[in-house]
Amino acid sequence: MTTPPNPDLEYITAAAAAALDEGRRRLDSATTAAQFSEAERDVLGKRSALATLNTLLGRAPQADRKAAGAAIHAALVALREFAAELSGDWEARRREERISAERLDLTEYSAGPALPPLPGTRRGIGHLHLVTQTRDELEDTFVAMGFTVAEGPEAETDWYNFEALNMPPAHPARGMWDTLYLRLGPPESVLLRTHTSPVQIRLMESGQLPIYSVMPGRCYRRDTPDARHLPVFHQIEGLVVDEGITFGDMAGVIESFTTAFFGPDIHSRLRPSYFPFTEPSAEFEVTCPICSGSGCRTCSGSGWIELGGCGMVDPNVFAAVHVDSEKYSGFAFGFGIDRLAQVRAELSDMRHLLDNDVRFLTQF
Amino acid sequence: MRAPLSWLRDYAPLAAPISRLAQILSELGLVVEGIEEVGAGLSDVVVARVLDIRPHPQADRIRLVDVDPGDGGPLQIVCGAWNFSVGDMVPLAPVGAVLPGEFKISLRKMRGEVSNGMLCSARELDLPEDPSAADGLMILPGDVAPPGTPLAEALDIEPDVVFDLDVSPNRPDALCMAGIARDVAAVLGEAWAVPAWPPPVAVDPSLPAASVKVEAGDLCPRFTGTILEGVPRGSSPAWLARRLTLAGMRPISAVVDVSNYVMLDVGQPNHAYDLGGLGGGGILVRRARPGEQLETLDGALRSLRPDDCLICASDDTAVGLAGIMGGSRAEIGSSTDRVLLEAAWFSPPAIARTGIRLGLHSEARVRFERGVDPAVADLAVDRFAALLGATTDGLRRGPTTDVRDPSLPAPPSIQLRTVRVNAILGTSLVDDDLAHLLEPIGFAVRPDGPGRFSVDVPTWRLEVAREIDLIEEVARMWGYQRIERTVPAGARQRTGGLDRRQRERRLVRSVLTGAGFDEAWTTTFLAPDDLGRAGLDPPAVEVENPLDRSESVLRSSLLPGLLKALKFNLDRQLDDLAYFELGRVFALPVGGPELPRETVLPRETERLGVVVLPSGEGRQAAAASVVRAWVWLRDRLRLEGASMVAAAGPGLHAGRSARLLAGGLELGYVGEVDPDVATAHGLSGRVGYLDLSLDAVLEAPRQPRLARDVSRYPASDMDLAFVTPDPVSAQDLAAALRRAGGELLEELELFDVYRGDTIGEGRRSLAFRARFRAGDRTLGEQELTALRQELIAAASGLGGTLRT
Repeated sequence: MTTPPNPDLEYITAAAAAALDEGRRRLDSATTAAQFSEAERDVLGKRSALATLNTLLGRAPQADRKAAGAAIHAALVALREFAAELSGDWEARRREERISAERLDLTEYSAGPALPPLPGTRRGIGHLHLVTQTRDELEDTFVAMGFTVAEGPEAETDWYNFEALNMPPAHPARGMWDTLYLRLGPPESVLLRTHTSPVQIRLMESGQLPIYSVMPGRCYRRDTPDARHLPVFHQIEGLVVDEGITFGDMAGVIESFTTAFFGPDIHSRLRPSYFPFTEPSAEFEVTCPICSGSGCRTCSGSGWIELGGCGMVDPNVFAAVHVDSEKYSGFAFGFGIDRLAQVRAELSDMRHLLDNDVRFLTQF
Repeated sequence: MRAPLSWLRDYAPLAAPISRLAQILSELGLVVEGIEEVGAGLSDVVVARVLDIRPHPQADRIRLVDVDPGDGGPLQIVCGAWNFSVGDMVPLAPVGAVLPGEFKISLRKMRGEVSNGMLCSARELDLPEDPSAADGLMILPGDVAPPGTPLAEALDIEPDVVFDLDVSPNRPDALCMAGIARDVAAVLGEAWAVPAWPPPVAVDPSLPAASVKVEAGDLCPRFTGTILEGVPRGSSPAWLARRLTLAGMRPISAVVDVSNYVMLDVGQPNHAYDLGGLGGGGILVRRARPGEQLETLDGALRSLRPDDCLICASDDTAVGLAGIMGGSRAEIGSSTDRVLLEAAWFSPPAIARTGIRLGLHSEARVRFERGVDPAVADLAVDRFAALLGATTDGLRRGPTTDVRDPSLPAPPSIQLRTVRVNAILGTSLVDDDLAHLLEPIGFAVRPDGPGRFSVDVPTWRLEVAREIDLIEEVARMWGYQRIERTVPAGARQRTGGLDRRQRERRLVRSVLTGAGFDEAWTTTFLAPDDLGRAGLDPPAVEVENPLDRSESVLRSSLLPGLLKALKFNLDRQLDDLAYFELGRVFALPVGGPELPRETVLPRETERLGVVVLPSGEGRQAAAASVVRAWVWLRDRLRLEGASMVAAAGPGLHAGRSARLLAGGLELGYVGEVDPDVATAHGLSGRVGYLDLSLDAVLEAPRQPRLARDVSRYPASDMDLAFVTPDPVSAQDLAAALRRAGGELLEELELFDVYRGDTIGEGRRSLAFRARFRAGDRTLGEQELTALRQELIAAASGLGGTLRT
């Protein structure tokens, strides 16, 4: 159809209808995402038939212009809607095509033990996280003292985290820990362990006595993070259960650990404290490893750092796991791994441990 | 708990230096968290009268002040404060005075004018600050004392020491001065006694006894009510207000202050009601009714339940939430003349229940919840009357009405065995030691025979209920530090060690750090949409009470956390990153969250995540880097029959990922992160990711750890390039070549991959270098030719042709 010099309403209406039909056909006939994109550009873009038709409006008789313009616009809207309907499918197809075009045989990188260097990587030796290094050191120290290392789940039942540890429901001491509960089972029956002590219960429940174990692991408390606390943190706990175990043994083991881990000038001391799962209970302090006891900012001038808690296993805990407390006795102790790492590295803010800033990780 | 030393000394001399007292307190388990010296440094400060105030000729913000320091003056001081006028009485630190903080006052010239000392603010003197005089001088009452009087004398301030103690929940007896002093006196071998001053106020039998009716005896096992008439209306005497301030409480009025004082003094929370507000002059203790409400003293309207205990006026209207907080009705006011004093004992679990539910904290709640001495009410009433009587003439005390329920706990008698004490503590104490240690803190130790005792627990130590609790008391009074440190006999025969999982975890870490990967530690919590954003299936274990919605689900994969760690670094212009993390991930229990209690724990597994974001020109190497990490781990872990099978991994690029298998187990997956996932995390480049289940790795079969002799004969290398159709993976071709090469094939390396027009679409050239070597001879030409043919034949079996 050749364009008349002065296209009238009849001509423009027919041309718009034809452009719409042709546009639909073009969009519909695309077989690849690329073809569809091309068709979209051709039938809806600046050089499309409908756009050209729009430029003819000025030459149409004055009386026809409004209706003719409306006809072109209606065709354009219809075509756009048609394209939009198809484009969702094509978006997915385009993604598939890209994925498919990029297909790689990853086994090319694994065929053969001798692998050439990779371009664009300038890495040196990697670094273990400060917390891991501290944990490994602690484990090694206790292993050398004759301990094994035990682990347990981070998500626990109320029984293991509280009840078996001499904290029946509504026990006021539960308030010592702000607990995060999981939306599983009856309300407040499943939680994220607030300490590593549930592992003690699991160990004793297994009935294999004696026990000389440490239990490192991740714990959780509903605490707003600050420079000294994280809601996700790591603890290590020790448990000894055997015949004839005494408070003196506990003090001796803690002292041996302290000198083995921190060095010969660092000592420990115990002070009465309270935990529902031990009796007698103590908190233990060690000579400030920064100033070796002469007093500094880290220890607020006291020369001592509070490290953790300990005590003789409470008879009620033994009863919960069916251990005869007249025959067996035992002690437990625990402290924060992250906190220890913080003190030793003189780390100003505990939150750096979770940032994973490469400049931080590679310092250790 | 803040304990002023002067107050503790009401009960025992505590004749020891401050540092020794602090040590004793800590070693008793009343850990000293701070020692505050107050009133020190006031000895040199005197009262002065302002005679004249003149502008400073050289300065605008400071003025010249003439004062009378006691000799009539005038003494010129340069001063920067503006809140005083001529005639005011102010504190003066003359030249030579030393203020708190070792601040020495010297003769100074300020802009040419001499200052003969300093006029002081309350803060500079470490005294309680009047908010209206903030940033200004301390203005003393006009009639305080004549100029020249030492300030400490004028204000009746004795230097004192306040111990800030951390009292553990099992020591409610130490939440008062009497209890703290009792422990310390026992260590020092001093006598402990209730102070004789102020003198007691005798009961006036002509006054009516308070009417008390207790309907909820289980919640309130003891209630004493005493009417006091002629109570003072003004404020407390300075010494009492000061002690309360030092102990951390704000003085309010004489009656309220004495009430608080008695609580801090002997540990009995108590409440004085305006008798006029009690509608008939009596008390009714009952359970709250369903739907009942009470406005507490803090102004909040509280909804109550039937297990809450209420104190009511005899007309049944509630006047207080028992043991926690009073109500606004019957509150002591400026016109109160007659009060009803409550000193009661409430059930600790009931107080805890109500307190937790209403989120109401008070000094009374803390004490009742942990356990108040059920017998101390009598002493508390005596002390209340005596203290109030000392501040006013004409106080009259009525008879006390004491209503008790059989559920009021009686202190137990506990069997104690010397042999058991020594078995638990590792001590060698003898019978006499036990009595000497326990009796000074109130336990009555009665011998039942050699090595056996019945021990009567004092009313203020009701949490001591078992033999082991007594043993703790013995240890505490003996001194933890005096118990000899030993090594458990059994420990010498023990062999410590790591288990296999722990050893392999360390192996994985050493392989990865050796390969240049840094270990990250990401949080276990994710936001609910983090999983979808990382292309992972959404069902996740939810946290019931998260701190923040962005931490409301448990991670089911390490991928989202590691991607966030990459972004964190990219935002700080740090790239070329390679991280790994070993950690637990969580999935819903099998069958969903509705199963019985035993199986309700999430499925918790330990996984390894390795993520790589190379920089610039190395971006194409992302997938290669993680595949290599896998190869190195596979080799060091000696995984038997491990293979990669192209397949879409969760969150990964479907065309660039593979499942990792060994011995029929799925160990994990490896590949490139889905580009849309990377974009959604703000990562523009290619990101490589490897994910392994440590549990599956532990189960996977391993190659035996057997040595293979190495040959000393020369090797022969041959390079062979095969054009193969794309569906044949490099891994399959290499495996076929290895089989064909047999034992003589020492090493096989893929050294080049080529695609191009000369080869045609859907095909590539894979170039291998094969190294042959025999253990017992040098390989000959003929043998090598035959081997070459074997390799070519093997490749052709997979559709590969030798590229020439």
